[in-house]
Amino acid sequence: MIPASFDYKRAESVDEAIALLGEHGDEAKLLAGGHSLLPLMKLRLATPSFLIDVGRLKDLSYIRDAGDHIAIGALTRHRDVEISDLLAAEVPLLARAASTVGDPQVRHRGTLGGTLAHADPASDLPAVILALGGTLVAQGPGGSREIAATDFFQGFLETALAEDEMITEVRVPKFGGKGWSFQKFTRRSQDWAIVGVAAVVANGSTGIALVNMASTPVRASGVESALAGGASATDAAAQAADGLEPGADLNASTEYRQHLARVLVRRALEEAGV
Amino acid sequence: MAAVTHTLLGHAVHRSEDPDLLTGRARFIAAQAPAGALRVVFVRSQVAHGELRSVDVEAAAQMPGVRGIWTAATLALEPQGDRENPALLRPVLAEGRVRFVGEAVAVIAADTLGAAYDAADAVVVDVDPLPAVVGPVEAAGPDVALLFPEHGSNVVAGGHHDPDPAFFDDADVVAHVRMSHHRVAPVPMEPNAFAVEPTADGGWNVWASTQSVFGVREAVAKVLGADASAVRVRAPWVGGGFGAKGGVYPEQLVVAAVSARLDRPVVWAETRTENLLAMTHGRAQVHDVEIGATRDGRFTGLRVLGWADVGAYPGRGMFIPMVTRRMSSGVYRFPKVDFSAVTVVTTTTPTGPYRGAGRPEAAALVERAVDALADELGMDPVELRRRNFPDPSEFPFTTATGATYDSGDYAASLDAALALADYEGLRADQQRRRQDPMAALLGIGVATYVETSGGGQEMGSVRVLTDGTVEVVTGSVANGQGHQTTWAQIAASVLGVPLEVVRVVASDTGLVDHGVGSFGSRSLQLGGSAVHEAASVVVDQARRLAADLLEAAPEDIVVADGGLAVAGVPASGRSWAELASVAESRAELLAHSLDFGRGGSFPSGCHVAVVEIDRQTGKVELRDMVAVDDCGVVINPLLAEGQVHGGLAQGIAQMLLEEVRFDADGNPLTSTLVDYGIPSAADLPSFTTAHTVTPSPNNPLGAKGIGESGTTGSIAAVWNAVVDALEPFGVRHLDGPFTAETVWRAMQGQTGSS
Repeated sequence: MIPASFDYKRAESVDEAIALLGEHGDEAKLLAGGHSLLPLMKLRLATPSFLIDVGRLKDLSYIRDAGDHIAIGALTRHRDVEISDLLAAEVPLLARAASTVGDPQVRHRGTLGGTLAHADPASDLPAVILALGGTLVAQGPGGSREIAATDFFQGFLETALAEDEMITEVRVPKFGGKGWSFQKFTRRSQDWAIVGVAAVVANGSTGIALVNMASTPVRASGVESALAGGASATDAAAQAADGLEPGADLNASTEYRQHLARVLVRRALEEAGV
Repeated sequence: MAAVTHTLLGHAVHRSEDPDLLTGRARFIAAQAPAGALRVVFVRSQVAHGELRSVDVEAAAQMPGVRGIWTAATLALEPQGDRENPALLRPVLAEGRVRFVGEAVAVIAADTLGAAYDAADAVVVDVDPLPAVVGPVEAAGPDVALLFPEHGSNVVAGGHHDPDPAFFDDADVVAHVRMSHHRVAPVPMEPNAFAVEPTADGGWNVWASTQSVFGVREAVAKVLGADASAVRVRAPWVGGGFGAKGGVYPEQLVVAAVSARLDRPVVWAETRTENLLAMTHGRAQVHDVEIGATRDGRFTGLRVLGWADVGAYPGRGMFIPMVTRRMSSGVYRFPKVDFSAVTVVTTTTPTGPYRGAGRPEAAALVERAVDALADELGMDPVELRRRNFPDPSEFPFTTATGATYDSGDYAASLDAALALADYEGLRADQQRRRQDPMAALLGIGVATYVETSGGGQEMGSVRVLTDGTVEVVTGSVANGQGHQTTWAQIAASVLGVPLEVVRVVASDTGLVDHGVGSFGSRSLQLGGSAVHEAASVVVDQARRLAADLLEAAPEDIVVADGGLAVAGVPASGRSWAELASVAESRAELLAHSLDFGRGGSFPSGCHVAVVEIDRQTGKVELRDMVAVDDCGVVINPLLAEGQVHGGLAQGIAQMLLEEVRFDADGNPLTSTLVDYGIPSAADLPSFTTAHTVTPSPNNPLGAKGIGESGTTGSIAAVWNAVVDALEPFGVRHLDGPFTAETVWRAMQGQTGSS
């Protein structure tokens, strides 16, 4: 279908994009890869009156070694994350998870910053960044600030970004090839996860985050603290759904999602060698 | 008679259609609208059932780019349906009442698609909601809203027999299965598309994505008040139909009327969501099945109570329960079958034929019942099947439902499939896994099926031109099958010419005198046979001509390389070009046209599905799919293989992934391909396929249809496999689609019958 009419401007710089955001307020949307926003617009479920295209800000597409962490530009495509040698060596969980996003067309268009800003709890990479203890860099008219992933996701499709801010960089701590797992349970091979689990063992503690188990990507804090208290993987996994009431949809009831979370967390912990 | 060479028949000739399709030269209607065409968009009901109070188009009509906007009141077209039953007619735009979400309420023609959609958003449809009616059994029950109050009931055909208490008196064992064949959507790659253009001489050009250009011409001519000869309907490339493009949609009639009102070319191409809401759905039957047998496994009878859901209007779905009834005896000798069913309307998208059209339901109901009976008898389900097959010598074989099967050898395809699947090895592996709580469950599903193809007649014509070109004209209308390739193979074989000189003309009422179309797996056995017979007559015409030229007896003239020659004297040969020139000089023609129609055929086969089920999550993985099909003589193995693969994919996906769902208020829940689960190649295993060959005596090619075998066998096989895997959990039956949660709940003892 055809979207409702809108105005469009291609931003030539981050500063210009931020200025346009300030000018158009909540009527405006940033357009990066477009693979979340455009389908909603075509169905007229989203009707922004102004699109600011940041998709060609090439200087925001990079994956760099920054000492204790890897810095990834917000406009880096999923495909580049998937095939990065640096990530394969230092943060293999992220590279693997990126390889399961959608299909090749989606991965060649979709961006890391875009999927984080969209904050769909059914998307894979927000939960992965959460499990990794990542940090987002947001730029606004007054300059840049860092936002911990744990503080970033605030509600269904809601983030800590101000109306006139955009993500410019994502920082993920290096953990090398130590224990990790990404479990994605789908109906069809290229569907969104019904439930997903990202797990990483780093510096003696285990980070676990869940896809599609709440209105935001969430840490499985019950499992994390059980493990910290010395529980076995099986006993800890039994707490994967504690306190979570995921919604029911065509693919799964609340009860079945809770069951899947327990099964998949146990599998993730086993694969991660916990 | 001289021998006719058939050198090209049976060869895997590559599709001559594919270069155009693969390089993008093939254009579909939405991409080749007539010059200056306005875009047509429909405003559709967002309420499943209600009194249609008003449709306010004032604001929309004033919007930029809008050239016209109509409702039922202003367009005033005749309704569709059975005139004998005026209470059940379908208005082409909703009138008085809306009966499903997606029903067209108003139509807009505008300069651009964007302008048309903007205007559609501005139309205000006021509906006073009525209770929705969802589900065929519910629709036939008490205390339910009526879609057509003047009709007095939601039951629009059929009725249930009073059960004969003595029906199973001669049975030692009776098994019972209650099953739902859930609703699915056809999802052709190309949704409905339709373009209409008034011509300078007062006629009409129409382009339709259809399986029947003549059916469309008749209906459109009526709406336009034109003579059929003034309307030229073409089906250019058609991106799949699967049965759902075999009829005429209300939208097509409205689009034609809009073109006439504006005297402008117009084009309509529905969106995927519209396609999922407004194109007819398939299946949607429920069966309560009882099967009786003696202790040693001889069937004594089959009794079925059925409910068939035709959706909001009784249309193309009406014949489907009759196909199911006719085929419900399956590949077995049943002394008696008692099948009675009601057909009901519900506040959902109308149903119609979809790849199999009642055949898969018949195969599934009898194959599930046989498995349930085997379980009761403690007998291997394969052995139980064998004991009830008719012997090949018994054909033609008339069933208790009155169908006369032309030919078949059901044990042959069963044996071949079991060998390919390693049935004994699978059963041993299954036993081993059942003892191991860590092993995935293994399920083995066997289905021996028979279906029905053909019906009516089809036109075929062959003409040899003076340059040696062979022109084949067919009444069939391809929508992906590869008729251009296959018809050329047939004509080239009979005439002894290379494929390249054959030109196939089809799907254009301006070039084809008459015809029926492509559905019910009919095209090869009827349209292909018509080409074969016409070509054979042309050979006879040429033989008389050549006998005269060569001063030989006609019976000594044979088809030689590229022409005719005296038998044993190749140097005497006259090419087809020469013969056609001579014929022309004598005011004769090397040309013949005929309509071929003889008894139908009954393709059969055996499919074996092997599934693994994750004990923790319930996720079903289809590990292997073996299909041994018997479609009689195969003309092109490559195309037959393609038909099998596509059919298997659709049948498997029906049982594992696909289901059209509505909520209790009749709101569709699966109106995008995110929610509606069509598979990709990554969701399916590699298939193992083979053929047994039992020629049909009912056509000169010996061919049976292959289009619907894939779905007919695989649905029953996958169904049986999943229930078989769950046997250790006490599950005796479960309905699809087998999503992980559905299977997990069955393992928890929460659903399924035990």
